[in-house]
Amino acid sequence: MKFIKQIITISIILILPFTFCKKEGDGADSGTSSAVDVNGKGIGPVTKVDLGDIDQAKAAKGKQHFDTKCSACHKFEEKVVGPPLAGVTERRSPEWIMNMILNPVEMTQKDPAAMELYATYLVQMTFQNVSQDETREILEYFRQMDNRKNKRRFI
Amino acid sequence: MSKLVKIIFLVSLVAIIASCGKKQGQALLASNAAQKVYVAPGEKDEVYAFMSGGFNGQIGVYGIPSARLFKIIPVFSLFQENSYGSDEETKDMLLTSKGYVTWDDSHHPELSLTNGNHDGRWLFINGNNTPRIARIDLTTFETKEIIEIPNTAGNHASPFLTENTEYAMSATRFSIPIPQKDIAIEEMGKGKFNGSISMIKIDPKDGKMSVELQMLAPAFSYDLSRCGKGPSHDWCFFTTYNTEQAFQMIEVGASKNDKDYVMAFNWVKAKACKDAGKAKDFSGVYYHNYLPENAPAVAEKMSGVKLLDPKDCPGVAYFLPTPKSPHGSDVDPSGEYIAAGGKLASVIAVHSYSKLVKAIEDKANFSGEVMGIPIMKYESTLAGEVKKPCLGPLHTEFDNNGFAYTSCFVSSEVVKWDVKSREVVQHMPAFYSIGHLSVVGGDNKKPYGKYLVALNKITKDRYLPVGMELAQSAQLWDISGSTAELLSDFPTVGEPHYAQMIPAAMLKDKTKKIFPLEENKHPYGIKSEKDARIERNGNQVHIYMTSIRSHFKPDKVEVKKGDMLHFHVTNLEQDYDVPHGFAINGSTLPNLLIMPGQTKTMKWEAKEVGVYPFYCTDFCSALHQEMQQYIRVSP
Repeated sequence: MKFIKQIITISIILILPFTFCKKEGDGADSGTSSAVDVNGKGIGPVTKVDLGDIDQAKAAKGKQHFDTKCSACHKFEEKVVGPPLAGVTERRSPEWIMNMILNPVEMTQKDPAAMELYATYLVQMTFQNVSQDETREILEYFRQMDNRKNKRRFI
Repeated sequence: MSKLVKIIFLVSLVAIIASCGKKQGQALLASNAAQKVYVAPGEKDEVYAFMSGGFNGQIGVYGIPSARLFKIIPVFSLFQENSYGSDEETKDMLLTSKGYVTWDDSHHPELSLTNGNHDGRWLFINGNNTPRIARIDLTTFETKEIIEIPNTAGNHASPFLTENTEYAMSATRFSIPIPQKDIAIEEMGKGKFNGSISMIKIDPKDGKMSVELQMLAPAFSYDLSRCGKGPSHDWCFFTTYNTEQAFQMIEVGASKNDKDYVMAFNWVKAKACKDAGKAKDFSGVYYHNYLPENAPAVAEKMSGVKLLDPKDCPGVAYFLPTPKSPHGSDVDPSGEYIAAGGKLASVIAVHSYSKLVKAIEDKANFSGEVMGIPIMKYESTLAGEVKKPCLGPLHTEFDNNGFAYTSCFVSSEVVKWDVKSREVVQHMPAFYSIGHLSVVGGDNKKPYGKYLVALNKITKDRYLPVGMELAQSAQLWDISGSTAELLSDFPTVGEPHYAQMIPAAMLKDKTKKIFPLEENKHPYGIKSEKDARIERNGNQVHIYMTSIRSHFKPDKVEVKKGDMLHFHVTNLEQDYDVPHGFAINGSTLPNLLIMPGQTKTMKWEAKEVGVYPFYCTDFCSALHQEMQQYIRVSP
């Protein structure tokens, strides 16, 4: 009996953290509330981004890339195929955002936040053949969008 | 106790030694053949093999040495898997002067050449039945162009390329009245029928084909060809049969002469004669169809050719007598020797290019003429014969060590012989009835060698029976050692009439992975979901649709009965290996398969009132099954 008790105790100890993990995961809502990971840089070619004032010309170009290659799956204020993007620059670091665009497959395999999004949306984000410079322009567009006054907040 | 330990120790020792011995023995017994064809998971094959599909009008792409089939390239045949020949983009590729011809008999794949070696740009192949030549782009492995050959019946000796892909040669298999007319078949041998040799010019930049020139030829059957290289650069060599011009009981009638001919044709001289105005304007209607990148095929109806009579261009051609019904006419890597296996002969005649040049200088070497084309004396151009090599020698290719390999149909074998001494060094049995064979770069100035594929006609006994019609087969040989070694045999799709092989390193990094959306110039292509829309013009409804994992846009299509719908579907993905499909329930056309960044069009008539689902057919994501939507047809 003592032996069985021991096993049960050990099992509970072992299982507990997983249960907590699971609960945390379950609580995540449509990928937007996954822990704010503003310091994570993600995995990919981008290690450092210097942000200045929002460059409107770059943002305009970023909007063009976004409309062609991203808008089929992402809206800003609404969950569609992919997560809504409003507030993304507040949730994620600029490096993370760029790496997610440039290297989505490895990100969804290794980066905890991206893995969680993948588990929520179940659709592999695709690399849409954009260059690093174009990705930087898309980031600028996201910053511009997050800087709007009437932006709905998702966090 | 110590005795027991000793016994255990001894038994173990024996067991260990025995097991070592066994392992080594097995490895040796396997003779490494399995190891040589084994390509471990994740590793890649060393060579691409392009095998013609014969009567299926396609090309199979195989990896060597594994013999795995990677792809079927549709060329002259409808391919319902991806709508080739049915969708609005590609259907005009199959337009000919005889109407839509959705099948052909495709025989001889030819890889493009630069300086006599494969360059990995294009692959050409003939349609033997409805005379055509197709060009496949080796960045996309797609048929990009098809040209019909006018004034030709049976485009068999085709499309053999000159040293720098200046021209593809095409010679007629069946002689006919040129131009066609009602004529007694008995008149065949009386100058009323003709053969023709066509020079199809190839644009060095984009590969586009055009009919440069045709030459009338005697009413023989023209079988195979190879063009010269190095010293023999200016010439192409065609084999002939039925020089008897028999028109009934041909299998007997065409085998009477002890010798038929190899025609040596000087294409440089032919072009010079044309430029000097010696070719005449002649009739001939044909289609030239090509597929611009990501746009619908353009089919142009052409009319008229420049036709040369050999009498008007002395020196343009010579006939070299060659033992009975020669098949292959194959030029060795040096460009000096032309091996012509007589399929009903007991020797392989090897002509010498330099002897031909000398013999032409002295008219004493001429023994007659046909249509103004001199016939040379047999010995005057002969380097020598391979004596009694086998029964029914057909086709020869070369390796990088000075050896030739000739397929022998009747005795079902490949004979390996020394090009210079013409001594047979090995008999390699084939199962069964080998036609062509292929060595990697076996027609090049510098063959890669290493692998030889025997292309066999009969397969009984080799595989599990599957009813009466069996797959045809190929056999893979390692020819890198002093003795060739059989590695494997494998079934093929269609009839592997001939194959060409190229090292994978020359192609694999040039393969296109996506069509960049920015460069999509399709007239009905759109670049973003925001442009997705439906436009009506009378009863013509154009649906500018996008697809991306995992939805189409527009979501729903509402039309009236009797409308003609044009679904222009652009795949917005920019990710390798993610095509989308598009199929409508009950459509009479096959589904579209749309590559990343590509636009394709399906026409669908709203014949009946109702609601019709459409969906994606190419599994694309976890939500692939949800990639389904509706067309509503109202009265």
